[in-house]
Amino acid sequence: MIDWMEVFVVALTFMEGNEAIAWGAIEAGCRFYAGYPITPATTIFNAMVKLLPPLGGYCIQGEDEIASIGMCLGASMAGLKVMTATSGPGLSLYSEHISFAIGSEIPIVIVIVQRLGPSTGSATRGADGDIQFMRWGNSGGQPVIVLAPSDVRDCFVLTMHAFNLAEQFRCPVFVASNKEVGMTKEGLDIDAIQRPEVRTRTAPPSGQPFLPFRVDPGQSVPYFLPIGHEILVRQTSSTHGPDGYITTDPEQIARNQERLGSKLLSAVDQFSFHEAYLEEGADTLIITYGVTARAAKDIYLSHKKVGSPVSLLILKTLWPVPEALIKEKAEKVRRVVVLEMNKGQYVREITRVLPQKKIDFFGQMNGQLITPQQIEEVLSNA
Amino acid sequence: MPSLLNKSRPPVFCPGCTHERVVRALDEAYQNMGLKGNQIAMVSDIGCSGLIDTFFNTHAFHGLHGRALTYATGLKLARPELNVIVTMGDGGMGIGGAHFLSACRRNLDLTLIILNNFNFGMTGGQFSATTPPEAQVASGFLNSLERPLDICKVAISAGATYVTRCSSYKKDLAQEIERAIRHKGFSVIDIWGICVGRYAKKNRLTPQKIQESLSKFPSIEGIVEENQRKEYGIHYREMAKGQNTPPSPLRIEPSLESPEKDRQGIIILGNAGQRIITAGDILCLAGLSAGLRVTQKNEYNITVLRGPSISEVILSPEEIGYTGIHRPTVVIAIGQEGVSRRSHMFSKLNEETLIICSKDISLPQTNASIYTVDFKSQGIKSSDRALASLGVLAKLKKAINLEMLQAALEMRFKGPILESSLDLVHRIECY
Repeated sequence: MIDWMEVFVVALTFMEGNEAIAWGAIEAGCRFYAGYPITPATTIFNAMVKLLPPLGGYCIQGEDEIASIGMCLGASMAGLKVMTATSGPGLSLYSEHISFAIGSEIPIVIVIVQRLGPSTGSATRGADGDIQFMRWGNSGGQPVIVLAPSDVRDCFVLTMHAFNLAEQFRCPVFVASNKEVGMTKEGLDIDAIQRPEVRTRTAPPSGQPFLPFRVDPGQSVPYFLPIGHEILVRQTSSTHGPDGYITTDPEQIARNQERLGSKLLSAVDQFSFHEAYLEEGADTLIITYGVTARAAKDIYLSHKKVGSPVSLLILKTLWPVPEALIKEKAEKVRRVVVLEMNKGQYVREITRVLPQKKIDFFGQMNGQLITPQQIEEVLSNA
Repeated sequence: MPSLLNKSRPPVFCPGCTHERVVRALDEAYQNMGLKGNQIAMVSDIGCSGLIDTFFNTHAFHGLHGRALTYATGLKLARPELNVIVTMGDGGMGIGGAHFLSACRRNLDLTLIILNNFNFGMTGGQFSATTPPEAQVASGFLNSLERPLDICKVAISAGATYVTRCSSYKKDLAQEIERAIRHKGFSVIDIWGICVGRYAKKNRLTPQKIQESLSKFPSIEGIVEENQRKEYGIHYREMAKGQNTPPSPLRIEPSLESPEKDRQGIIILGNAGQRIITAGDILCLAGLSAGLRVTQKNEYNITVLRGPSISEVILSPEEIGYTGIHRPTVVIAIGQEGVSRRSHMFSKLNEETLIICSKDISLPQTNASIYTVDFKSQGIKSSDRALASLGVLAKLKKAINLEMLQAALEMRFKGPILESSLDLVHRIECY
């Protein structure tokens, strides 16, 4: 017999965002982690080095960030689910391997716990200054997926989604965290979280000759076999045809480049994670992401309470830009207020997607959270 | 065993290039070892040496310049049964120096074949890490300013367990390569060759000259006795087996009642080393024991035991959005550095904020209510003052009470530390 009293007791865990990322990764099936120490991402490594070895997984401290992500790419092609984590200075060093993972379709989850830049900046101050860098910091400019958590719960769930998306689309997936999310501790009812079903990359149907980059009609992602399989697998960072050998055929190259973009751009509606609070009669929609969403939600609630409603859209998928979602949620408002912990990065996308709306921007880069009072001020400066 | 050479993709090196000799010797080694293509992963990077994987019917992983060892490390750990053969040129050796050193130090069972031809052939013959200073190369006089790297000496001092230096023209090159592959650990084979297309155009280099140059070095052939040790993967798996599964995160069931109905913002201002963050942790656990929402964010410099340490804790019966604290209900001021870091805050406080202040702290001008504690006269040392302050809070029934604090301490500590911390929070005097 079920004791209902017991069922209703909410048992909370107490952890920081970085730790929640580690637990989410483990639940998603991550069995290889390599990273180089850097504040404020180090505590992800600290958690993984405890969690992975007893599970038969690998946690390696690379000699630098280039090596760390390189090891992940090797292990991913051997069939393991892999993750690495760093902050802005490490993201700079990841660049060549992010390009590799994009062009050669290697599943990997990359956590960026952002800190105040430019450059080494401030190790223990938060920012969202790498939002465009994650998208464009690769050679070739093909898209990536970027998910942005606002709190500890998001860290757990979005990390699981990140693994699923990396597996499904064979691409790098970023978790764009921030010192203020990663190193802030919260109570979390980890048992009550609705987990997404865990996905794995798709093996080819048997009976056909395997080509490592062949894409069947109606599909957008090549089948995966691991290096070490009975059937030979080729992986290469060079411009390649379906067989994994260099190609110079412009038509073949163009087709592949087109697919590398469209496989994500055409699918973003399937993974446009967000929270939307739309109020009847609201003139303004706040659009924000990351830790700033928390202060924005305070403002949304206080406005609702006093009967002068504003609407709020918290984006959790930043790239590809969930354009349909943004258009739909902004449809009824006259004005959109964009808030970011940087000097204006994602607002470029909002302005592009919503050319008919009045767009107001507020951003701050001083190591401090944007406060509810500051948002209030922005709202009242209509 | 049959040859593993890819018949439809024959080597495309410049005529006379010694890389081709290495390709054939490598194939012979594979055959002699009875290896099938799917038992081998060839990992390569950029430059002429990076073409190698395409000439073989094996698994292949071709990536960025100098990074081959990083991919190989991930591959080999994930698939210990594979023979992982890494090829690099002297160029990759230079740009990937850190990876080379680390691979030597790790001793993972990889075979690194360095096709050393003393220049960047593919980009037009610029100098590399191994170009002699007297050579004529496409980098002007620059190579005359730098000293060439002795790859093998570096490998040995970095801890490689197997190191060989030889000529591409060596008679038993296939056997030499086979010995390196058979070694269980990281093996380096530095094979000197001739770049006919670039380097040899301006520098007279013949098989005999290579042999002469090699003979000037002390011979390095195979096993490095002083570096012998466990293979990294085997060692890792052995160590991993001995690791305990960490406990699932602690679940805290609320069973107590908070003395407060409203949201509490508590800022603890101290110096590094005063266990400020731990006190913040304990406050949160106390809040959770009473079913409250909690957040904790901390501020400190990257130095340990120096500088300010600040913990900001919110305890609230409602969902917590913004994690900063606009107007604290409680400030605990026990370290001057923390107080100085937030000095601007004090003038904005009114009597609704309670400051628990250590007697030796000089506070900026403030209208807040001040509760002074003389820790020193009670014999409470600096590192215990944060926890003792929580005892004061609990006794005043401000933000938490003693039951909540006790529950938190029982979650956080065990044994003698629990006992002494319980003693501390009970013993602290409160007027």
